[in-house]
Amino acid sequence: MPNTDEIAHSRHGEPHAPAEGPDAEGRSGFKMLARPLRVLSKARRFKWLRLLLAGETADGAERDGEAVPAKLPKALTRTLRGFEPPAMPYATAGDLPKRKTRRRGAGRRFPFCLRGGPGGAEPAWLMLFVFCAVFLLSALPLIRLGWAGFGGLVEGEAARVLFEAATFAALRNTLVTAAGGMLISLMLGAFFAFAMALTDIRGRLALSFAFMLPMLIPPQVTALAWVEMSGPSSPLLKTLGLAPPLGSPQPLYSLSGIALLLGVQHAPLVFLAVKAGLAGAPRDGVEAARLSGASPWRVFRDIVMPLSFPGLIAGAAIAFVSGIGNFGIPAILGIPASIETLPTLIFSRLASFGASTFGEIAALSSLIAVVSAGGLLLQSQALAGRDYRLIGLSGANAAFALGRLRFAAEALLWAVLAVVLVAPLLALVASSLVPAYGVPLNFKTMSLHAYGEILFRQSVTLTALRNSLFLASAAAVGLLLVTVPAGYLLVRRRGALANLLAILIEIPYALPGIVLAVAFILTFAAPLPVIGRSLYGTIWIILFAYFSSFLAVSLKPVMSAFLQMDPSLEEAARLAGAGFLRRMRDVLLPLIAPAAGASVILVFLIAANELTVSALLWSAGTQTLGVAIFNLDDSGSSDLASALSVLVVLMVIALMAALEFIAKYLPGGVLPWRN
Amino acid sequence: MAQLILNHLSKDFGSGRPAVADVSLAVRKQGFLALLGPSGCGKTTVLRMIAGFDKPTDGSIEFGDRRLSDAARSLPPEKRNMAMVFQSYALWPHMTVAENVGYPLNVRGISGEAWRKRVAEALSLVKLEDFADRRPAALSGGQRQRVALARCLVTEPDVVLLDEPLANLDQHLRKSMEETFRAFHERSGATMIYVTHDQAEAMALATDVAVMSEGKLLQVAAPAEIYARPEGRVVGGLIGRGSILRLKLPDAAGRALDWLLLGAALGAGGQAGEGPLSDVLVRPEQVHRGTDGISMRVVSCIFEGERFAVTLSLPDGQQLKAYSSAALGEGATVPFIVSGGWRL
Ligand SMILES: Nc1ncnc2c1ncn2[C@@H]1O[C@H](COP(=O)(O)OP(=O)(O)O)[C@@H](O)[C@H]1O
Ligand SMILES: [Mg+2]
Repeated sequence: MPNTDEIAHSRHGEPHAPAEGPDAEGRSGFKMLARPLRVLSKARRFKWLRLLLAGETADGAERDGEAVPAKLPKALTRTLRGFEPPAMPYATAGDLPKRKTRRRGAGRRFPFCLRGGPGGAEPAWLMLFVFCAVFLLSALPLIRLGWAGFGGLVEGEAARVLFEAATFAALRNTLVTAAGGMLISLMLGAFFAFAMALTDIRGRLALSFAFMLPMLIPPQVTALAWVEMSGPSSPLLKTLGLAPPLGSPQPLYSLSGIALLLGVQHAPLVFLAVKAGLAGAPRDGVEAARLSGASPWRVFRDIVMPLSFPGLIAGAAIAFVSGIGNFGIPAILGIPASIETLPTLIFSRLASFGASTFGEIAALSSLIAVVSAGGLLLQSQALAGRDYRLIGLSGANAAFALGRLRFAAEALLWAVLAVVLVAPLLALVASSLVPAYGVPLNFKTMSLHAYGEILFRQSVTLTALRNSLFLASAAAVGLLLVTVPAGYLLVRRRGALANLLAILIEIPYALPGIVLAVAFILTFAAPLPVIGRSLYGTIWIILFAYFSSFLAVSLKPVMSAFLQMDPSLEEAARLAGAGFLRRMRDVLLPLIAPAAGASVILVFLIAANELTVSALLWSAGTQTLGVAIFNLDDSGSSDLASALSVLVVLMVIALMAALEFIAKYLPGGVLPWRN
Repeated sequence: MAQLILNHLSKDFGSGRPAVADVSLAVRKQGFLALLGPSGCGKTTVLRMIAGFDKPTDGSIEFGDRRLSDAARSLPPEKRNMAMVFQSYALWPHMTVAENVGYPLNVRGISGEAWRKRVAEALSLVKLEDFADRRPAALSGGQRQRVALARCLVTEPDVVLLDEPLANLDQHLRKSMEETFRAFHERSGATMIYVTHDQAEAMALATDVAVMSEGKLLQVAAPAEIYARPEGRVVGGLIGRGSILRLKLPDAAGRALDWLLLGAALGAGGQAGEGPLSDVLVRPEQVHRGTDGISMRVVSCIFEGERFAVTLSLPDGQQLKAYSSAALGEGATVPFIVSGGWRL
């Protein structure tokens, strides 16, 4: 499979890199931005998704559409040339030994050890190792899921679940909330992106940072905070004397409440996508339009809006798909009001464990995957023919001076942030400080009791804290073992194998977490072949699912670092005589260390707050922080749940600050709140 | 020290036209070969094949009686005992200057006093003793260049490869770096291959110049030889600033032409000569003012500091370059003698 051309391609980066669209860096970012690697075109990714979901066997021909120019076989070239050394017009050929190259296979007679590998740049075991790891973590569970879903459909047993009224209701609720959430995300995200990318408002970094926060705060914490902010027993409203009378309903326990929070949670995704699209907007295009006499408003309508369309569509699709897969928000807001969405339906089916459970949840999660795939298909349809990149000088943002409106715009942006971010977080803090739900907060009632409880007395939260810290650090550090070699391979060699690797890494990340969790349950419920024990119910199945789920998150910064590294740095080390491991240790690893650090922090940040996967995979003793918050809230201990959530939010902010601290050592595009 | 031989070397990246097509070349022992050619002609590809980063699609590379590469197999670069100065210098930013220079020694297991001594020697040769503890980021372009050179120097490599090493430096630095390269070559005795698209640089440094174009090797010769007797229009056009005229010349005339023949061919009315049309290279320094010469019209006259560069138009419209110590009025008709030419 590997040939010289691939090796050679690895040198001249850009023209051969399917990975890097001009907007590759800007648009990708954290977990929810489901595209850390632009290695595959959207259409191709979708094709794969469809292949897997339909349970068909993957067909190699689908994988790679590029035509390979036909080449004459070597032997034929030789015969055509008649074995004559072709005329060398003027060279000093007189003293040249006239021997012709030996054919392949003559290598055995070489007086020294040659490696027949792909240019010898990296040892063959490296590809094998990375491929096996990625196959185990990504392909195997998904194949198992596709197979189970397919089997369920064929036998008809589990397929019946698809025609139950509850499933229809859940499907409708899922679609309604995801679509509503998408609209809200679009409005919020686009407003912030336009303001931040196009105008001369001040404090952009702080605004970006704050606007990015909701994406990194776990959804169940967001939901909890909003619940604490509204409704009749809100400690915040009670303190302010604004609370509605007792007995009036909590407005968020409704479809529109779920949609609103999904919108808030996923607005940063739209923000990032639109901002990345606008970063590619040519400044000279805008300036030319203004010179042609267009007013700022017309420039916005005629130039900026069309240019931002791809970003809007991409952001909308990501927000929609993330909304479909979201578990934390409908779990906290929907379950009290008996509103089921597909993810919560799977959750409750798994909780009432029955004989046909596995078949049913396989069928249901296939349904989720199909709906997500539908969203992505719509996106690729909408984006077709809208590639507006590569016009004029990009990078420089087109700044509209707002003049006196600037202050108003800034005030509006901060006001929005105050409502969607600050107020809920304040409510969360307030309810963590009151002794019981519904008590107003003042100096008499305020106590740190809840914190003492969760940190020192409740063994459940302590176990959860320990588990989450272990899972997050093990996932973050362990993944580097795979993603550093994988990033190296993906950058240094291109071709079918590398593309396949990139696709396999991205699929589990693009899929809703709940689908992945089901795939892992199906794969690891049976006892493992060698050990003879099942992983299901242990903490290891969660760890494996995290490995799979965050592979792409971990890879992204490392791969950016490899992409931005001058390949001659490694070549110089090779000529100095350093073998692969040696130059890895002395040259490559020190150079990608900051990016690897960012990768560790990012994975840790997301994994420590993760709920969807662990909600399905936990059992007694292996609960995570996300599960603990969810359970505490479920059992009515909202003060403890709030206190734990406050700690989680503090941790998120601290880790983001740590990333900001090392920002200047990082390759561009790793931190989404920076330009 | 063995001889480096490229044997029918070809490289096709699969893009239709091969990047390097059937290049055969034997670099003389301890020679300094300049590989000259326009951008994109395949020079870097040849260099990378010699270093072992790319594998030839056909042909082979030998060093003495060892085969380094052929289409089937290739000795990895780390086992070739070669060194290279990259166009980007490729200094490792996380190591100090001394660490950069000494890294090939580390790899060879040399440490302690021996390491310090050899690194100090290499640094003193490029006059960078005082910068040993700096990081590359704190150096100027020329200093980085010299660190890269010192890194090549430290291990006594068999072959030193330089890929347009002066392309990123200013005119003044180039001159002093050329000196350093020459000293380095004399001292190290390594075979050096120097890629450049700047013919003046190639002429000034090399013992041999190889001219490439569109992946093919056109001519290899010593600088003076290639200047005086270029082969073909491409080489003739690439080396020096000569003009190529199409003139009718008798077959028997030989290749080195004199004023007698040229004067007849240029003749009063233009196509005066007899015989088939052939390409003739005329260098500006072969064109002089002379009252018994042929009248030519001055198309342009540009001041270049030490002299004027004049473009002349022959009676039949062909153009010719000349030098002049005095300014000539544009449009004026002035008689010129062409004292020599070379049939390509
Ligand atoms: N890795 C590669 N893949 C495909 N084509 C390449 C690669 N490297 C070089 N080429 C092509 O080979 C030709 C020669 O390139 P190069 O050797 O870099 O030229 P030079 O160094 O003389 O400027 C160019 O047309 C270039 O596009
Ligand atoms: Mg080059």
